[in-house]
Amino acid sequence: MSCMVDVAIVGGGPAGLAAALAAKEAKPEAKVLVIERDKKLGGILRQCIHNGFGLHYFGEELTGPEYAQRFIDRVEKTDIEVWTDTMVLDVSQKREITCVNTELGLQKVEAGAVVLAMGCRERTRGALNIPGTRPAGVYTAGCAQRLVNMEGFMPGKEIVILGSGDIGLIMARRMTWEGAKVKLVAEIMPYSSGLNRNIVQCLVDNDIPLKFNHTVTAVNGRERVESVTVSEVDPATRRPIPGTEETIPCDTLLLSVGLIPENELSLAAGIQMDRVTSGAVVDETRQTSVPGVFACGNVLHVHDLVDNVSAEATLAGAAAARYAIDGPKATEWYAVKAENGVRYTAPQKLSKGASGKAELFFRVGNPVKNAAVEARCGDKVLARRKKNIMTPGEMEKIEIDLAEVQGEVVVTLV
Amino acid sequence: METREMTCIICPMGCALRVTRDGDTITVTGNTCKRGEKYGIQEMTMPMRTVTTSVTCRGGDRPLVSVKTKDQVPKEKIAEVLEACREASVQAPVRVGDVILADAAGAGSDVVATCNADAV
Repeated sequence: MSCMVDVAIVGGGPAGLAAALAAKEAKPEAKVLVIERDKKLGGILRQCIHNGFGLHYFGEELTGPEYAQRFIDRVEKTDIEVWTDTMVLDVSQKREITCVNTELGLQKVEAGAVVLAMGCRERTRGALNIPGTRPAGVYTAGCAQRLVNMEGFMPGKEIVILGSGDIGLIMARRMTWEGAKVKLVAEIMPYSSGLNRNIVQCLVDNDIPLKFNHTVTAVNGRERVESVTVSEVDPATRRPIPGTEETIPCDTLLLSVGLIPENELSLAAGIQMDRVTSGAVVDETRQTSVPGVFACGNVLHVHDLVDNVSAEATLAGAAAARYAIDGPKATEWYAVKAENGVRYTAPQKLSKGASGKAELFFRVGNPVKNAAVEARCGDKVLARRKKNIMTPGEMEKIEIDLAEVQGEVVVTLV
Repeated sequence: METREMTCIICPMGCALRVTRDGDTITVTGNTCKRGEKYGIQEMTMPMRTVTTSVTCRGGDRPLVSVKTKDQVPKEKIAEVLEACREASVQAPVRVGDVILADAAGAGSDVVATCNADAV
């Protein structure tokens, strides 16, 4: 079986939904298809039942499911086609999608443009190589979040959390509110990559201790986790300091130790990748190195705010629809380089001859206070922004005028 | 006189606030902007939080419906609101915004659904 669409979107989470709506808005005549592997639309937002979403995009504070529902409601008012419970197996360089579900079987979709919006997955114990036994009771924080918030199961009663990213902090509160005892949040870095607000409202409010420069150095227990060993690390090397080991009895270890963009499809399609973001290299329209294939959201680079995902996906979706209907535009690009404390930028390149404003998103490598960031093209300063504070956990941006770009652009702290 | 130290959560600066109550006078130090002072006073006098949790869903396409307090509730009431939600259940269909518990635990806010559940 095979069918043809103008824009095919892989993933029905926040990025995919915003991209679909933007594609439809840019080219109302375009045939738009969203392919989602879960049974329902909404992606990871469905399990993020806490609030704090939408302050930028909607100007009000929503929970994850509410934020998702607003987009789902909008999609349902259009003729955007949605396939749920459908797994995409392959995206070719010619934008032919192979997918499978129980209703249609194996299906080929020929798309005028493709938007990759697969999101990311969590790093697991295997990625960290935590020593010790292999008992039940070790979960990623997001997995525990799904079990508690959607399936109605409690993963354990006495919890240690490794990693103080936002998901770890949110789950510390969630588990406490559901009656578990969270004994410790251990963070290997000297600072948290989570928001201050989450440290205060999730940990401080619930008297949960947070130890910086600490990590889990062993998981103990035969059938079930019985305890974990926590050690202090040397901040310079992040190596455990012998003699600082402490055994904490618990039945569950939750891991909140980073997210990995889920780019198997992108890699198989031969898309050029950025080694820092683990996502595709894209231009200001979020087009990848494969013409007509766009990427947005957490599959492109891990975001801390879904509001930014929606904004980015809007760019990608609209550009994908224009590509599908009007044909390709840019054929040459200028590189955008991250330097001096700026870890990466997205986009990583800019179309030659483009006009209008473009926001360059970036992250710093370490927390910096009273710094400024500049976007330069040769000797010309395109934009400069002063910031009281920039931290690796918060994505920053700087806006430039594309008409001023005449060569390679450098984003740098000054 | 009572003094509390807290981290301001209004922006990423995360200023270390020192909030002192002396009778009716509350002074905030350590803040670098006006919003920090307001936050410090609020936290000292009446800290408020939004509670988000879930309730059992009967006859729906999912076992749980996610809920929140429509307005913020006093921090000291969180445990009672959670307990009320734990005992509550709701019959599908449910739509975002449906009131699940009116004035839950007398904390001053309705608990409303934050997701849809279809009847099956």
